[in-house]
This record gives sequence, structure tokens and C-alpha cells, in this order.
Amino acid sequence: MLLKLVFKNIFRHRLRSLLTIAGLVIAILAFGILQTVVDAWFAGADMASAQRLITRNATSLVFPLPAYYRERIRAIDGVTKVAISNWFGGIYKDQSVGNFFAQFAIDDNYFDLYPEFRVKPEQMAAWKADRRGALVGRLLADQFGWKVGDVVPLKGAIYPGDWEFVVRGIYEPKDETTVTRQFYFHWDYLNEALKLKFPRRAEQAGVFIVGIADGSRAAELSQAIDREFRNSLAETLTETEKAFQLGFVAQMEAIVTAIRIVSFVVIVIIFAVVANTMAMTARERLSEYATLKALGFGPAFVAGLIVGESVMMTALGGALGILLTFPTAAAFKAMVGTLFPVFNVSRDTVTLQVACAVAVGLLAGLLPSIRASRVKIVEGLRYIG
Amino acid sequence: MTDVIVDIHHVSKSYRRGGQAVPVLRDITLAIPRGDFIALMGPSGSGKSTLLNLIAGIDKPDAGELRVGGEDITRFGEAELADWRARNVGFIFQFYNLMPVLDAFENVELPLLLTGLAKRERRVRVETALSLVGLADRMEHYPNELSGGQQQRVAIARALITDPTIIVADEPTGDLDRKSAEEVLALLRRLNSEMGKTIVMVSHDPHSVESARHVTHLEKGELIAG
Repeated sequence: MLLKLVFKNIFRHRLRSLLTIAGLVIAILAFGILQTVVDAWFAGADMASAQRLITRNATSLVFPLPAYYRERIRAIDGVTKVAISNWFGGIYKDQSVGNFFAQFAIDDNYFDLYPEFRVKPEQMAAWKADRRGALVGRLLADQFGWKVGDVVPLKGAIYPGDWEFVVRGIYEPKDETTVTRQFYFHWDYLNEALKLKFPRRAEQAGVFIVGIADGSRAAELSQAIDREFRNSLAETLTETEKAFQLGFVAQMEAIVTAIRIVSFVVIVIIFAVVANTMAMTARERLSEYATLKALGFGPAFVAGLIVGESVMMTALGGALGILLTFPTAAAFKAMVGTLFPVFNVSRDTVTLQVACAVAVGLLAGLLPSIRASRVKIVEGLRYIG
Repeated sequence: MTDVIVDIHHVSKSYRRGGQAVPVLRDITLAIPRGDFIALMGPSGSGKSTLLNLIAGIDKPDAGELRVGGEDITRFGEAELADWRARNVGFIFQFYNLMPVLDAFENVELPLLLTGLAKRERRVRVETALSLVGLADRMEHYPNELSGGQQQRVAIARALITDPTIIVADEPTGDLDRKSAEEVLALLRRLNSEMGKTIVMVSHDPHSVESARHVTHLEKGELIAG
């Protein structure tokens, strides 16, 4: 009977209930999208490997390092591979967000350090044989409709000029955490062009990707690398790939924190709305609760009616909000292009959405249920809702 | 010796209004025999509804002893009192106090949910009770689909359903037209004369109290002799 009464009472005031549920849907949906945005910011760090270090200029990432550091780093005991990676930052078609994607000039052995990027052997061979060759990620290729053999023109921003590349391979992801929205070409191609046009900028690396055999030695090897170049013109800062990625997130920390706070503020607001709805509802039905108590139903039954209605309402709104999160996230992802290479609604986000819906339901019904369960029968019977 | 079903000894009750204690009942002593149909009459504020509430176990006196069916209900805690009410008291309110989201059948069934009876047994009893009040064909109607008189008859069926020791009726015809009121009073008379139900009714309507066997008057919280 408790469940029957709860269910029948929910839509007693249809407009009020529907508006409250609509508010819940929007709040839970907004919370889910905002949490997914926060997750997307950390996606690069999630992809990081414990067996990769990043060595960059200790002064700032914008300053390069001499390319010859490569061999000295490679000579350090515990280091297995080293590859250069330069951020290219070119413009494809125009500067709109939809046409933005990450481009890197890399050493030929770069993909040896990223086993999560799967390239067909014949495509890798074709890329290595073509100095203008490019390897592009699956999602990037699909976004622009590129196929192997297509020519991709880029306008240099950091490295002025018109650059043309030929897609020689498309790399696939190992799993869903692998980002496949990058564009890679030969560092040698960039370097040879710089020697001709801008010689002072040649023989320079943006960062070194350092492969290590034993991930537990990351701190030790990071220090060993940095010791190698201490007191040189270009001192280095070496850290784990995860720390490096989180460094980017930290630059936007204020925004990420603000987004997190806003996502929870949304939940607090909807709690206030639902609490108001339940308070009004409980007040209107005081005489019914008094009647039930007169008939012999206990305070727990009365409290259960109110909390049950509150939780059922938030469950309905929450379920709809969660369901709508997925298509909304997909639409958002399509809108922002490659701004967020990974933009998936995680299981943790859905769990948080469920938890918020349940918490709102329980807390919003709590005070009205306490009041109603304590109503004196005589006073409640006199109440005109 | 008459079997006394409601035995009230020196009961007093006051309410607090703005920090002051306002006496509502003063030293009431009253005995209601089993099978009686007694009407409590008096002007507004005389304490008749308060006395009814005490007998029904939905309020407690400040002083005195009140026994119903041999049990001193003034000693019960809240949970005990609720349980006692479920078994012993049938309520008929002025404004029916039906659950608007439950149909007639479900409203009448409500008190039986506290008894542990099986669903089939509950169904039989509800159908019997609704037939008794002449609403067997209205079982699936909701309160807003019934007239005032029909709603009050559903309430009477609900009051009867657990075969309570006493039935308390607070202004049962107060919200009804003359015809519906007469139907309800006729039903109450029948419950009393044919089924032996003890009924305690509060009313300020002289016509209603004609259905009762005895009339007790209250004025300013005291029983008036005669």
C-alpha cells in the first residue's frame, strides 16, 4: 500500500510534478555533461604510461632543447628509447575550432614508444619511406574523411610557410582511452626545411619522449637525465608523462575547479526546488497524514510516504537525465571537434549522477517527513490544505 | 450489571494558547454502556470534540482515568495507542477524510492492512462492508466521483471494517444535505440496533441527535446533568 500511495500521489498535482521532474532532468543532465568536461580535461593523463618520461626545457615548455641531447639521454642506464616531438601548430583550412587538431613532428622511432597506437606494418614502412609522409589517428581521419594517399596542406603558424603532407598511414587505438586525433610527420622533414629557411631554429627539439624499462625508477631516471644537463645553456626538467599531462590541466585548474563547483551548485539548486515541492506537498496533506495516524498507521509509514514520493520523483528525473546525457555528450563532442580528443561519459560520472539523484530525493523529503510524522492527530485533522 | 465499554473518571484536559493553559474539559466522569448510541451535544467550545478525541485515543487527558473496552488507554505510549486504535476504534469524520488517490475499495481496505489478514480475506470483508452501506457498485470509484453522502458511507464502511469496539463520529452529517444526512443517520442507527455497535457521536444538530439513544450535554467543559 505504501508504494501504491507513493506512486499515485506523485502525479496528483501533475503540473507541479512534471515541472519538478523536468528540473531534475536538466540538473542531472547538466551535472553529467559538466563532469564529463572535467574528465575530458584529464583524458590525456589517463592515457599516460608509467614507462614514458617527458624531458623539456626547465625554463619553459615554449623553449626548445638541442636535438643532440637525444643521444646523451639514450646513453643513461635504464633508458630504452628516446624520440623527439615538436608541436607544429599549423592551420588546416582555417582557424575555426572544428578544423583544429594537434600536429607533431616526430622521430621515426616515436611509435615504438606508443604501442597503444596500432599501425599496419606496410603503412609504417610507407611512412618511413616518404619524408613528407604523415600518420594520422583514426578519429581524425574519419572526421575529415582522409584516406591513405590523401594530401593534407597545412599553413605554418609557428613554422611559417605552406606545408604539404601525404597520409601514409592511419593508426588505430588499442582501447577507448587511446586518443586518435593527432597528426604526426617526420621531424627530419621539418628540420631540413628549417636548415634552409630558418637555420637558427634547426636541430631543436620541443620535448624528448623517453622510454624506460622500469616504471618504478621514473623518479630516479628523471633526476639522472636532469643532472646530465645541469648548468648547461638549456637545462632540462624531466617528469613522468602523467605529470606532464597534468601540468597542462593545472594551467586551467581555475577553470576546471569552477566547472566542478558549478556542477555541484546545479545539484544544490535542484535540491532546493525538490525540497520546496515536498514541503508544499506535505503541508497540503497534513490532514491525510493525521487521518492515517488516527487509523493506526505509525509515524514511519507517514514519513515513508513523503520520502518515498521524493525519491521516486528524483529517480524518474534522474533516470531520464542520465539517459539523455549520452546523446547530449555525443552532440557536444561533435560540436567541439578535436578540442576534447576523448569525451566519453564515464561509469564514475553515471554513478555520481545516480548518487546525486538519490541524495536529493532523500534529503528533500527528510524535513517534511519528520514534520508530518510528528504531527499531532488532532491538529492535523483540523488542518485545511 | 451493565457492561460499560467507555469508563471515564475525573478526566480533565486543557490546551496551551499563547503560553496560557485554557481548560477545555473539567473533571468529566461518564460511563457509556456497550451497545449504546450516545450523542455529545453542546455549543461551540464546550469540549465535546475534545472528549470524543480522548475516547478515540487520538489525544490524552491531563488528568483522570479513561478506560475503553476495559483497557486504561491513558497509560499507553504513542505506538501502543496507535495499535490500540487500529483494533478498537472506527472513525467517522465530518469531512469524510478519505484518501483522494485511493478508490472506495482501497479506502475501506486501509485499516485492514494493519491486521495481517490475507488479501483474499481482506477482499471479502471490504466487499461485505461496502455492500452493507449500499455501495457495492461503487467500489472502483474515487472520492471525487462520489457524492458527499456516498463518501460518508465509504467512511462508515472503513470505520466498520475491523469490527471495532467503538465507533466515534465527529459531526458525521455536518457537511451533508438533508437527504444524505438522513441516509447516514439511518445507517448509524442500523449499525447500532442490528449489529450492536457502540457509537459515540458529536453533533450540534438537534435533528441528528434524535437518532441516538442517549444525549449528553457539555457546556464550558463540564457535563450538564439531565
